[in-house]
Amino acid sequence: MPTSSVTIEIDPNTKRVVREGIPKELDPAAASAVEEGLRLVEAHGGEVTVVTMGPADAVDDIRKALAMGAEKGIHITDEALAGSDTLATAKALAAAIQKGEFEIVICATEATDTYSGLVPGQIAEILGYPLLSFAKEVKVEGDKVTVHRQSPGGYQVVEAELPVLITTTSGINEPRYPSLKGIMGAKRKEVTQYAAADLGLAADQVGEAGAREKALTIGKPPAREAGQVITDEGDGGIKIADFLAELKVI
Amino acid sequence: MATIWTYAEVVDAKLASISLEILTKAAQLGDASTILLGSAPDDAVQTLGNYGAKKVYRSADAVFDKHLVGPHAKVLEDLIKQHQPDVMLFGTTYTGRDLASTLSARMDCGALTDVGELEEQGGSFVATIPALGASYQNTATLVNPGTKLMLARPKAFEAKPVGGTAEVVEVAAPSDASLQRITVVDEVVQPPEGPSLEDANIIVSGGRGLKAAEHFQMMRDLADLLGGTVGATRAIVDAGWVPYALQVGQTGKTVKPSIYIACGISGAIQHLAGMKGSKTIIAINTDPDAPIFKNADFGVVGDVFKVVPQLIDEIKRRKGA
Repeated sequence: MPTSSVTIEIDPNTKRVVREGIPKELDPAAASAVEEGLRLVEAHGGEVTVVTMGPADAVDDIRKALAMGAEKGIHITDEALAGSDTLATAKALAAAIQKGEFEIVICATEATDTYSGLVPGQIAEILGYPLLSFAKEVKVEGDKVTVHRQSPGGYQVVEAELPVLITTTSGINEPRYPSLKGIMGAKRKEVTQYAAADLGLAADQVGEAGAREKALTIGKPPAREAGQVITDEGDGGIKIADFLAELKVI
Repeated sequence: MATIWTYAEVVDAKLASISLEILTKAAQLGDASTILLGSAPDDAVQTLGNYGAKKVYRSADAVFDKHLVGPHAKVLEDLIKQHQPDVMLFGTTYTGRDLASTLSARMDCGALTDVGELEEQGGSFVATIPALGASYQNTATLVNPGTKLMLARPKAFEAKPVGGTAEVVEVAAPSDASLQRITVVDEVVQPPEGPSLEDANIIVSGGRGLKAAEHFQMMRDLADLLGGTVGATRAIVDAGWVPYALQVGQTGKTVKPSIYIACGISGAIQHLAGMKGSKTIIAINTDPDAPIFKNADFGVVGDVFKVVPQLIDEIKRRKGA
């Protein structure tokens, strides 16, 4: 299954980033999460590790993050994990994260089509890390992490002490493009592979078998009735004004 | 009869509309109760009763305002374990996602987000969930024993008062310091431009077809003339042209205005997910094959830089007349 958020972690000393759930292309939201990790490392030292769970070709996306500047990759891949629901996905990612000593985990808040938005919070709970969600700005001072958390009417300034799990909103930064040197270097960087058993996950905990979320039917919603489409012949704006007038808007 | 609980949120010192929407749904499905934590307007309990809550589990303790997740999740966990409601319903909101994901991991159960419809079928709760940007409408259920955690899409259900009265059940606020690890030190209000996207009757939205950030002003000009507000696609939010607050779509806001004018928007499924419910859709795009035209009531295949300025001039002319 294409999982869907990004996890990055950083440790104040050996800061690294973990990234999870990378779609076919390095999703802009995922790239933003990686970027945020790289910026924290540049400011505070350490290194970034990227983690994803997905089929064999997910490693291409790990390479993209490595090309941006991440140091290491972790790829969780196993047939037994196919069909995992959000909690099973979170368990696998959390287990991989627990194999290292990461103090900051960063996930994108919103990423791919299948994204539920639950996995980061589940990982935080499993790890026992405070969840700093929907961050549009991140600051680390000593042990204290401060984020601007998106709220319906503005933002909240929210603090917690390390270790933390942060979810970043899209647009938090402008992700860098990998340099040619970065792309070449990425090929030599270490990517560790884990299967479900390596993470201590029993077959009945993950995949289809372990899923509590069951899809029942897949269907198409009723289509909208087709409207009128015209080609602009110099009066397109006037035609729209006529249409708005019919609707009594103007 | 099924017992359905909801989590109530307060936004800008008012009960959030999503909270009344899910409560209305809960009351239609069974015996509804609501959990309300932290500061809330004086008439909140009365309002919740009016929208169908039989009980309101309530603590006004400041710990719920000062900290996120920890105290709230603890109260929810304890109440759910004690009373075992069939369904615990949240809004798909910032807070709803934080709490439901935390509880899901803590209680080792599943959770369904983005629920657009919910019904009981032979004892199980079946959720209809738009997928792949609402190009699919799937149904799903949770098979874990015990309470089912669900998060409803904003505006999926209509909030309707039923004229009831709620009994208040005071709950104790947890004081354990280990639950107070996430602290809110400040709240910053950023007043939106014009009416909020969710409340706007007319939305003028721009996409990548605008070619540069400065051309978004055209959207504002048109929206101002029509008394509406502006929206945007994820592409131009990601490009940094406009703030995230303006994003319409699967990962942004879901809107249902009377009129949605899509300018230079191709109509990616993720964007359609957020605006397909608009009553009337008008689209302007250079590409006649753009998916947006399949969803438009009125489409103009043309250059936004010609059509929109002409539309603006024409509205001004007619208003002046």
